[in-house]
Amino acid sequence: MATAEPWQTAEVPGPKKALVVTKPEVVAAMINRAKRPILIVGHKAAETTFEEGKLVDYTIELAKKAKIPIVATAHTVKEFLKREYKPASWMPAVDIGNRLSDPTWCGLDGKGQYDLALVTGLPYYMEWTILSGLKNSIPSLKTITLDNVYQPNASWSFPNISRKDWTRDLKIILEKIGTE
Amino acid sequence: MSRKDLTVKIGELKTDIGSVKNLEFSIGKIVGEKWTEPMGPTPFPSLTGLREWDMKLLQRYKPFYMPFCDLCCLCTFGKCDLTGNKRGACGINMQAQQSRMVLLACCIGAATHTGHARHLLEHLVSKFGRSFPLDVGGLSIQVEAPTIRLVCGVKPQTLADLEEVLDYAEKQITHLLSVAHTGQEGNNLDFESKVLHAGMIDHVGMEVADIAQIAAYDFPKADPDSPLVDLGFGTIPADKPVILVIGHNVVPSIGIIDYMKQYGYDGKVEICGLCCTAHDLTRYYNRGKIVGPISWQLRFIRSGIPDVVVLDEQCVRADAFNEAQNIKTPVIATSEKNCMGLPNRTNDPADATVEELVTGKIPGALILDPDKVGEVTTKLALKVAPLRKKFKVLPNTSEIIEKAKECTQCNSCRRACPQDSRIPKAMKEAAEGNLEKLADLYDSCVGCGRCEPACPVGLKIHSYIVKAGEKKLTEETYKIRVGRGAIQDIEIRNVGSPIVLGEIPGVVGFVGCANYPKGGIDVADMCREFAKRRYIVVTSGCAAMSAAMYKDEDGKTPYEAYTGEFAAGGIVNVGSCVANAHIAGAAIKIANIFAKRPLRGNYEEIADYILNRVGAVGVAWGAYSQKAAAIAAGFWRLGIPVIVGPHGTKYRRMLLGRADHQEDWCVYDARTGEEAYAGPAPEHLFCAAETKEEAMVMIAKLCMRPNDTSKGRAIKLTHYLDLHRRLYGTMPEDIHLFVRTISDIPITMKDEIIKILEDKNWNETVIPDPTLLPRMVRKRKE
Repeated sequence: MATAEPWQTAEVPGPKKALVVTKPEVVAAMINRAKRPILIVGHKAAETTFEEGKLVDYTIELAKKAKIPIVATAHTVKEFLKREYKPASWMPAVDIGNRLSDPTWCGLDGKGQYDLALVTGLPYYMEWTILSGLKNSIPSLKTITLDNVYQPNASWSFPNISRKDWTRDLKIILEKIGTE
Repeated sequence: MSRKDLTVKIGELKTDIGSVKNLEFSIGKIVGEKWTEPMGPTPFPSLTGLREWDMKLLQRYKPFYMPFCDLCCLCTFGKCDLTGNKRGACGINMQAQQSRMVLLACCIGAATHTGHARHLLEHLVSKFGRSFPLDVGGLSIQVEAPTIRLVCGVKPQTLADLEEVLDYAEKQITHLLSVAHTGQEGNNLDFESKVLHAGMIDHVGMEVADIAQIAAYDFPKADPDSPLVDLGFGTIPADKPVILVIGHNVVPSIGIIDYMKQYGYDGKVEICGLCCTAHDLTRYYNRGKIVGPISWQLRFIRSGIPDVVVLDEQCVRADAFNEAQNIKTPVIATSEKNCMGLPNRTNDPADATVEELVTGKIPGALILDPDKVGEVTTKLALKVAPLRKKFKVLPNTSEIIEKAKECTQCNSCRRACPQDSRIPKAMKEAAEGNLEKLADLYDSCVGCGRCEPACPVGLKIHSYIVKAGEKKLTEETYKIRVGRGAIQDIEIRNVGSPIVLGEIPGVVGFVGCANYPKGGIDVADMCREFAKRRYIVVTSGCAAMSAAMYKDEDGKTPYEAYTGEFAAGGIVNVGSCVANAHIAGAAIKIANIFAKRPLRGNYEEIADYILNRVGAVGVAWGAYSQKAAAIAAGFWRLGIPVIVGPHGTKYRRMLLGRADHQEDWCVYDARTGEEAYAGPAPEHLFCAAETKEEAMVMIAKLCMRPNDTSKGRAIKLTHYLDLHRRLYGTMPEDIHLFVRTISDIPITMKDEIIKILEDKNWNETVIPDPTLLPRMVRKRKE
């Protein structure tokens, strides 16, 4: 059963917790409406396997369709390059977190701060702490985790859902991109 | 300078106004000059004594806060919700609150090392006398206490000289702790400055502890060829009485060893240790054995091998006593800081206490006299071993298979596991008779045991993992070079120039605890990689043990395959946590011995030198503790960056530079007084890496310093680019930030890099004589 409790039981942050994504269409709508979205992809994206491809393959599809720049963290850039996709940038996860927390940052392209950060593929606890940093420092930035576990510090998160439901929901998000 | 009590006795004194007889008075302390080096500007700095230096660091390396809890629950106004930087009832905001929590952690860490040092010093003074000389390396070491000289401006020569150093440290810790009280500091950066102060004090405490024990116990004295000793579960013979010591304060262990030697039990009873006590007992007795890092506590106790468990202080599991009871092993608690609820038998006759423990009248005892610990523990081990017959609580394979069938696949264990290990899947396979997946979990298990209380049907999951991984466990037979202590002055002279000029690409210290994201093998891999690349690799604490737990194709551990010299390509185990002082000490000595910068009470200048010239990086890949936080803070203040593993983000904040902010990277050119762009070197002061691969690239990058010569920078860039290309599959995006002149470019990659530089509109910059301190400018701009 899907539950909106932190995946790691004790990782309870405080009163402000992520809104639960019960319909993947909501995520697609937020991506569609975002003026400056960014997608952060951690190394677990290359370890997470679906029936067709890996999470890293999905992020490439999503980034291409939604025209979202990808920041690969850790050594994940290698996986993107293997797939002949060059991310917009690569840097440590705390580094991109730090930049996103700075309201004066002009973004990777110098055109201004981002209004939506999608995050996936980081170790749960590391994503938890970085999303906490963003939640507490930059209210203008909305964050969505694409992982299948509840991240209370995001603005929006899936609950703890099965791999099957997650796969279905990710597909729906992809289908709905650009439909508004 | 040394401070001494002055007592004046006057037999008879006649003056114009009268006469006195038999007058005796004490002045307290006077200052006596025995050290000719002039005093620097900041001896015994107060909380604000180095605030300006701290702010220079904090302006460049700004905190990135990642609150681990959005609430404050420290006073009865609360709980206060600080989410989104709201202010609490006392007026504090989230940023200040996070820094305050970091300060609390560092105070705990500094107090722990300093308390350890105080207990140790009191014992050594009582045993060896106050005038016992502080010899930590004979003629090889002239600068015996670089941190103490630097911070306090004193040159300790005897055990007694360390007392005033600890007086100072304790006073500072008290003040620092008081800062965390409600209604004290309100500014996050001022909290951070105090974090750095706590870190510096922590290093003072560590240095006191280690030089005192090296001198008094005759540990290896800066010996690059210190002996190789056994490490690993498989090295502990199960057919002998076994005493297991856990903790950090080696005094009771030495009581045991001395007793065994004196009464002929040496070799008949085994003594082995977990965590830093293990390091230190092997520095005293090279027949002692190291079981492994802190995370081996549960698995070793549950194996039933220890016949007596002796606990001292720090990093001892709070349930060590309960676990020992489960295997019918008596416990001897030996520290005032860790009494475990046991009856105090310090003043009872040893034989009576042994009798009580053997008969089970009491399950354990608190004994605060180390000599008595030695007698009781040895006699107890001999009597208990034949009775308990290595009683263990690890199940057999068929029991695991049967119990696994009770697993409901509820995921509670996985959700309690810090590693998010796929325990339910492994249990499912175990229920079908296949324990391979459980055995696989052994490699990354940090031994916390949180899976067991989380299980609603009471499965002993950690024990199942250990049993399934038993083959690996029993094959853990390694060699580690005994902690050598300090680095010799001659070694510093030999490497000072190539380090400062960049020709030795860096000094990498692997330190800290064992909360690794994917097992300790990552540490061994990183050590070998950087030793092969001719960096100087230094290890301490649990990381030093993890570094040993790997064998190459010739069956050699890293300590057998690489030299123990502080030289390019060496892997240097300095010893336990408190021996971390020698890593900082080596950096300080490079500034002092090689560059001849004055040391005495001259903190800012030395730290400025290290930040700008000494390519040293600390890696605390499995840092978990408050002590680790304090140790890191001590390195930060000295200008040495620290990398932690992904769990390190739970320390609540990073100190990150912004390579894209050019103005942050300006230094003064000491030759001209001009401000010059020096590039983001080192880019961060405290940074978490997500994976081993990222850490390796980050290490190479953070070793770059503004002072590198072109030859040195080219060498450092070669390693950075090579690692980046191998592990990331491409060239780094920021090469142009680290190339100052064409001569900096590694010759083998010249064409490729020049093209990148052209694409980035790169311009040549000067290589300054870098400093952040205006007073270090030799010639002022006209």
